[in-house]
Amino acid sequence: MATLELSGVKKSFGDVGVIKDINLQVQDGELIVFVGPSGCGKSTLLRMIAGLETVSAGSISIAGNRVDHLPPARRGIAMVFQSYALYPHKDVRGNLGFALKHAGVPAAEINQRVSKAAEILELEPLMERKPRELSGGQRQRVAIGRAIVREPDVFLFDEPLSNLDAALRVHMRVEILKLHQRLGNTMVYVTHDQVEAMTLADRIVVIRDGEVEQVGTPLELYRHPANAFVAGFIGSPAMNLLDAQCVGDKVLVGDQPICAANGVAGAVQLGIRPEHLSLSEEGVLKGTVSVFEHLGGESFVHLQLPDEQTFVAKLDGELSITPGQTYSLSVKPEHCHVFDTHGHRINN
Amino acid sequence: MLIRERISSVGIHLILIAYSLLALFPLGLVVINSLKSKKAIFRDPVGMPIGDAFSWKGYDSVLTNSDFPMYFGNSLIVTCVSLFFILLFGAMASHALSEYRFRGDTFIGLYLILGIMVPIRLGTVALLQLIVDLNLANTLTALILVYTAQGLPIAIFIFTEFLRSVSREIKDSARIDGLSEYRIFFEVVIPLVRPVIATVAVFSMIPIWNDLWFPLILSPGDETRTVTLGVQQFIGQYTVNWGAVLASLSVAILPVLIMYIIFSKHLIRGITSGAVKG
Ligand SMILES: Nc1ncnc2c1ncn2[C@@H]1O[C@H](COP(=O)(O)OP(=O)(O)OP(=O)(O)O)[C@@H](O)[C@H]1O
Ligand SMILES: [Mg+2]
Repeated sequence: MATLELSGVKKSFGDVGVIKDINLQVQDGELIVFVGPSGCGKSTLLRMIAGLETVSAGSISIAGNRVDHLPPARRGIAMVFQSYALYPHKDVRGNLGFALKHAGVPAAEINQRVSKAAEILELEPLMERKPRELSGGQRQRVAIGRAIVREPDVFLFDEPLSNLDAALRVHMRVEILKLHQRLGNTMVYVTHDQVEAMTLADRIVVIRDGEVEQVGTPLELYRHPANAFVAGFIGSPAMNLLDAQCVGDKVLVGDQPICAANGVAGAVQLGIRPEHLSLSEEGVLKGTVSVFEHLGGESFVHLQLPDEQTFVAKLDGELSITPGQTYSLSVKPEHCHVFDTHGHRINN
Repeated sequence: MLIRERISSVGIHLILIAYSLLALFPLGLVVINSLKSKKAIFRDPVGMPIGDAFSWKGYDSVLTNSDFPMYFGNSLIVTCVSLFFILLFGAMASHALSEYRFRGDTFIGLYLILGIMVPIRLGTVALLQLIVDLNLANTLTALILVYTAQGLPIAIFIFTEFLRSVSREIKDSARIDGLSEYRIFFEVVIPLVRPVIATVAVFSMIPIWNDLWFPLILSPGDETRTVTLGVQQFIGQYTVNWGAVLASLSVAILPVLIMYIIFSKHLIRGITSGAVKG
């Protein structure tokens, strides 16, 4: 078990900077999730921690020791890949024990560690099968088992669930959470799925274009996004960002005051989460319904303001809404997020 | 629709069967006539070796009264050793070209593959000089070196294509498991491309086994003749021992046939595995 520390880490391929100066401290036993859009450098950063990519600048330490000059096998890490990356010509037992056998661990101990991992992941009935005889979920469990067997300081996961179907993904997500509780290891988990990030993470690191946008617990990011990008990325459906004006100490959409803002003037962006909007007689946001999506327990209502801006509200599924009608919606001032034109957060 | 498909499938099979018969006919003729007496060969070249036409004489003179077993051994040594080096160096070079980025990698890749377009026989004179200078004339080593060089370009060409498709994540996970780059190659990559190795082996083996040119030029000595060259001793200036020539050719087919049968199971998979994922 160990801490993980990145300081001033950079990576460029040729002239292209892919990772730009990342600083991060991961506590012992923490499950930290990197999220960000495709191509933002999550995998590259994880591969640098694993030692599969060199570091162009900066340093990486695990358990207080600098590791960025060490080969992957000596960093005390284990990695689970998106494609599982099992050895196709070895059976499950062979796959699980391969690293230990190679490291010269005595057979008795290999057996014991392999059986323990197999028990944790319920792989016992599958031990003699080849990877091609396993389902996707079973393969993923073997891949995770292979990491457990090595008893690493830090687990690294690179989108381990993205090849699974939706139901299995939810199931495996819970399995990974249980595994983390049981083993208590430091884990770094990469995903581009913000639901996975929210449900798994102790802390989330939002990355865009090789830079950290914000680090915080899922609720911190949800409640106080540092900028419009994080605000739009965390939460589903995405936060509405409306063009607004700041006049005096009021934020106006159209000519309706929505909330207070201190010390700015001119154009701003007003962020409101769809789930924080509710129908009410005295609501100040008046929108005409263009599309009404019914999901059963809840519904997503797409509305258009008089100035043609559109936004989404998440409402109770029991309500009956007629497309083409105009409705009034209200939002509590504490649920308003105000960002300047560069996307930086302005209010508390 | 269905009937038309039927007809076209029957048509294709008829064409293929006709082609196979055409290709097998001379081979069959060699084998049949190798079992006949000299007189019978000339009396009725397409007749079966039955009755008084049948004779072991050809095989007898080849296997007991000549150096043929030694030639056969020479051919086996040259082919197997060359094949081993072609497969080893070809796979290693292709692995390096597909796995690592280094200065000049594209150039080296092109240079290695260029040999496909330049027949090695164009360099015969220079090769002969080189071999003589190295004191390797009339040795099997000379043949092995030349055949390895001859086989590498096509081997690298085929291997590179397939090794590129080996998942990067498998190699990476072997790295995390602590394997050296050599062990990753031998223990992870090679088992994954076994069918390709079989394919390359068959492709490379046949021209080497059948070659007459280089044995004639580089190692025509009594001790170092290969089968194809050795057969020539039965073809005299005035008489040709046809029974013996045909018998030795028949025996020479065997190793190729055996190798092909061994590899063919993998061969089919190798050919289709590129098209169908998994
Ligand atoms: N070996 C390489 N050579 C050049 N550029 C690379 C290399 N590997 C990655 N990149 C570039 O680095 C950027 C980040 O890639 P990376 O794989 O880390 O993205 P990612 O965040 O994991 O995306 P995804 O969610 O799609 O997996 C991409 O623009 C990619 O094109
Ligand atoms: Mg990735």
